Amino acid sequence: MDITGSTTGQLLDAMQNGTVSAVEVTQAYLNEISAHGETVGAFLSVDSEGSLTQAAEVDRKRSSGESLGKLAGLPVAVKDNICTKGLATTCASRMLENFVPPYDAHVTTQLQNADAIIIGKANLDEFAMGSSTENSALQVTRNPWNIDHAPGGSSGGSAAAVGARLASMGIGSDTGGSIRQPASFCGVVGMKPTYGRVSRYGLVAFASSLDQIGPFATDVTGTARLLESIAGYDVRDSTSVDRPVPGYSATVEQPLENLRVGVVSEFFGEGIDSDVDASIRAAIDVYRSLGAEVSEVSLPHTRYAVATYYLIACSEASSNLARYDGVHYGRRAEQFENMIDMYAASRAEGFGAEVKRRIMLGVFALSEGYSDQYYLKGLKVRRLIRNDFDAAFENVDVLAGPTCPTPAFKIGELVDDPLQMYLSDICTISANLAGIPGVSVPAGFSSNGLPIGLQLLAGPFEEEKLLRAARMFERETVWHTKRPSFS
Amino acid sequence: MEFTPIIGLEVHVQLLTKSKLFCGCPNLFNPDNPNVQTCPVCIGLPGSLPVMNQEALRLSQKTAMALNLNLANFTKWDRKQYYYPDLPKAYQISQFDLPFSYDGWVEVTLPSSGETTKVRLIRAHLEEDAGKNMHDESGRGGDSKVDLNRTGTPLLEIVSEPDIRSAEEARVFLEELRLLLRYIEVSDCNMQEGSMRCDANVNLHVHEDGEKIPTPIVEVKNLNSFRGVEAAIEHEIKRQIKAWETDRKRIGDVPKETRGWDADRGQTFGQRGKEDAADYRYFPDPDLVPVTTTDEQFDAIRATLCVFPADRRNSYVSDLGLSDYDASVIVDQGREYADYFDEVTSVCGDGKQAANWLTQDVQRELNDRKIEIAEFSILASVLGTVLQKIVKGEITIKSGRAVFTELLAQSDDGSDVTANSVDTIIADKGLGKVQDTGKIDIAIQAVIGNERNAKAVEDVRGGKQQAVGPLIGQVMRELKGADAGYVRQMIIDKLTS
Amino acid sequence: MLSPEDVQKVATLARLKLSEEELEQIGHQLGEILDYVAVLDEVDVSEVEPMAHVADVFNAFRADETRVSLPREESLSNAPKTDGKYFLVPQILENA
Repeated sequence: MDITGSTTGQLLDAMQNGTVSAVEVTQAYLNEISAHGETVGAFLSVDSEGSLTQAAEVDRKRSSGESLGKLAGLPVAVKDNICTKGLATTCASRMLENFVPPYDAHVTTQLQNADAIIIGKANLDEFAMGSSTENSALQVTRNPWNIDHAPGGSSGGSAAAVGARLASMGIGSDTGGSIRQPASFCGVVGMKPTYGRVSRYGLVAFASSLDQIGPFATDVTGTARLLESIAGYDVRDSTSVDRPVPGYSATVEQPLENLRVGVVSEFFGEGIDSDVDASIRAAIDVYRSLGAEVSEVSLPHTRYAVATYYLIACSEASSNLARYDGVHYGRRAEQFENMIDMYAASRAEGFGAEVKRRIMLGVFALSEGYSDQYYLKGLKVRRLIRNDFDAAFENVDVLAGPTCPTPAFKIGELVDDPLQMYLSDICTISANLAGIPGVSVPAGFSSNGLPIGLQLLAGPFEEEKLLRAARMFERETVWHTKRPSFS
Repeated sequence: MEFTPIIGLEVHVQLLTKSKLFCGCPNLFNPDNPNVQTCPVCIGLPGSLPVMNQEALRLSQKTAMALNLNLANFTKWDRKQYYYPDLPKAYQISQFDLPFSYDGWVEVTLPSSGETTKVRLIRAHLEEDAGKNMHDESGRGGDSKVDLNRTGTPLLEIVSEPDIRSAEEARVFLEELRLLLRYIEVSDCNMQEGSMRCDANVNLHVHEDGEKIPTPIVEVKNLNSFRGVEAAIEHEIKRQIKAWETDRKRIGDVPKETRGWDADRGQTFGQRGKEDAADYRYFPDPDLVPVTTTDEQFDAIRATLCVFPADRRNSYVSDLGLSDYDASVIVDQGREYADYFDEVTSVCGDGKQAANWLTQDVQRELNDRKIEIAEFSILASVLGTVLQKIVKGEITIKSGRAVFTELLAQSDDGSDVTANSVDTIIADKGLGKVQDTGKIDIAIQAVIGNERNAKAVEDVRGGKQQAVGPLIGQVMRELKGADAGYVRQMIIDKLTS
Repeated sequence: MLSPEDVQKVATLARLKLSEEELEQIGHQLGEILDYVAVLDEVDVSEVEPMAHVADVFNAFRADETRVSLPREESLSNAPKTDGKYFLVPQILENA
């Protein structure tokens, strides 16, 4: 059986009917990691021993008739900003290079309860700040479709792991597009749930009102399965919403009757790559052919989204990262003159350039005399952006457009132009500001063989609708069946 | 030189919850066992998140009601950002622009003048406490030690307007605040343990040539006791007077100064000023959601409140006829003491009687035995029964004391003393005043008939009612206790009718 | 747009020790970003309420119950310097 080429559904069936054991599945992925792990650089750490032990336990439970979780035996790559007790959680930063959390994130516990196999911790942009994973202080991750290109970010490691078939699923976090954009670059499915759908307890905070943990998989059904297991109320997260979790994997196959698709005109702006434009237009045609009603929709405040995002995200980030001072955990500088110097030196050593930049912007935006003009203003424009979506969803079920205006850029191409890098988030950022869910599904390839992603957005807690709509498209296409050449 | 001291106080009290404000670690004073009451949340580990303790909010809202503060139907939490090793998140979760309560007051009566004033409160808000930083005492510049046990403890910050006009008033304000908060069981307000802390803002208004000149404000910190607060403010006022006479600096001429109180030396000392006033960069904490409370919910909390000390004092004076002094003595001893008094009063029906017994007989026993009222073996209901018998005229006060002594003896011996024990003791010791009018009659007849009393009898018959005294005494002795007033009337009636 | 003094002030507030070069570079980049952010001046927000929270959640409470704390070794496990009981930090100059 071609284990790593299988979907989560196929693997679950195979393990269920005894074709393969969980240990064999995990071993197969570990073998892939041995073979191609270094090329792709998706993992910061691989837990071979732990994962095989977990897999053996799944096999034991199955053979003794004990009940198994819904993800039993499926290896998952977990972004390294999500706490795993006893396993290093570095956030790809020198600041936390040696940090081993004494506790598990809520999501980690849920994965364990679902009997998933946490096969390794995936690379990311440092503290989730970035759109290419190039800001990782520890390692380079390459796009499995072309190793000279970036995998996207900040969850580039998780996306690349799934894209390169080094794990059957991935867990990432999305603050401004950090799941959807790398999913699009790496040719996999990636979803950002509604804010509050998945607990943030144990997710190392970047921007608290924007961060959400979400799933990666090679297909929509796998994504649905994973989302089902990680979603749900957590009393330890005050922003977690107490709403029952629908059976996403049970309904995902049901197409939506009278689906109304809104095409967001602002997402097809000047900078859009012509291959991307063509693929997405073709994708929308697929919906037409399925009987969906397609209309053009405007989100007029889109042009303010990047500015609004950076003000809010950096302000919150500057506060969330203030705790990294070398006192209670994290890197402490060796040379310093006094207490204040120790703080400043430790942070200077521990943080990379992008992190420093964002902290500086955030501190400035919150500082006395400026916070009304910057931070507060950002919060107000945010409401207008949300209002745009509320108005749009009165007339359509889902919004559609490219996940990113371009396919994966080259490694090194944008790293010296932070503003340009920020602007590549234009299609994904608004969803985080508004708190609504979004998914990226493979929708084609550029002329030089790089994946292109279709993004769908829906109203709050409409993940089920989103997944069904995504599956409608996926069923008619074969993009999601393609694999990078070496895998 | 004419001046008015202008004093404002900022008080922090730790709330009596079982667990911390944002996590389940125990809320216990534990200085000897560092870093054992901590968890990812209060250590501020990456990925941790705060969740509000409902009881802390309820206690806060109760407190606000007792302090006559307005309660906000909508309130939220903000991050106050600064760096210090005892602040692991590098921000304190506090309240900035929408505190849960604002605009209140506390009444203060100064012992020296008997004058009552109102000290207005600007606001009270709820925030988390920081940990403890301990410097290397050796002076050799060694590492400081950080203990996070206390991090995340719920703190109520109460800020007064600068309405206080003397060191005495400041002390009394704190004492009243402490009494009140202990009454409503919100905090134990122990300055030594740090569950109540106070900073004072002091300046002067100098009155000169019809002008009122404010001097620079000084913040005085490190105040560890009520006496310390009073002494520090006294000292600071004197120091500021001298400073004015020397430099004549007005408010705004220099930045706000911070001084620490050195209790041993009895003086304030300058603390190294911060170069810039701290920019706390307040913004709403995105990890916590706002809190809404309806008026009905406030009413429900209000219904659980006990009577406050000030109101209790007033009602003792106006309803029970106690003196101001006695009322204060009883109320100021704490809620359990006043509750004891209330129960005794309700059983015996005479507040003054109850007050006398509590402040004298009971207090003496408490002092001798070095116990609090809660540990006193004679329950309020039992003492109340004794006093009730006195009030009804069934026994004399002297007999009452004998019963009291016997009750104590019995409980010291290990017996249970109840209201029934009172009857038993009275009966056993024949302490009951004779009520039998027949018996009284016979005794009166005997005394009147006694030759030795002939002169007195003659006098009473003749209208000299004062002469009846010795006759009454004899009858009382004969009866071993009776209602003196009744006996007197009986004798007079018999002799004058 | 931001003077070198402004940038240094921000760096101090942010507790970041930056070299002259870094200060200049960050100052320049921040300036560019702030110029970009000025696009928000186009928006009239006079009647708009700020949106600090996107989820419609209020009154998230927990009951006042104690939970088991971390054992001390775990609390201190990531500390750069400890004596086994306390976190150790260099002496703070009093009220600096």
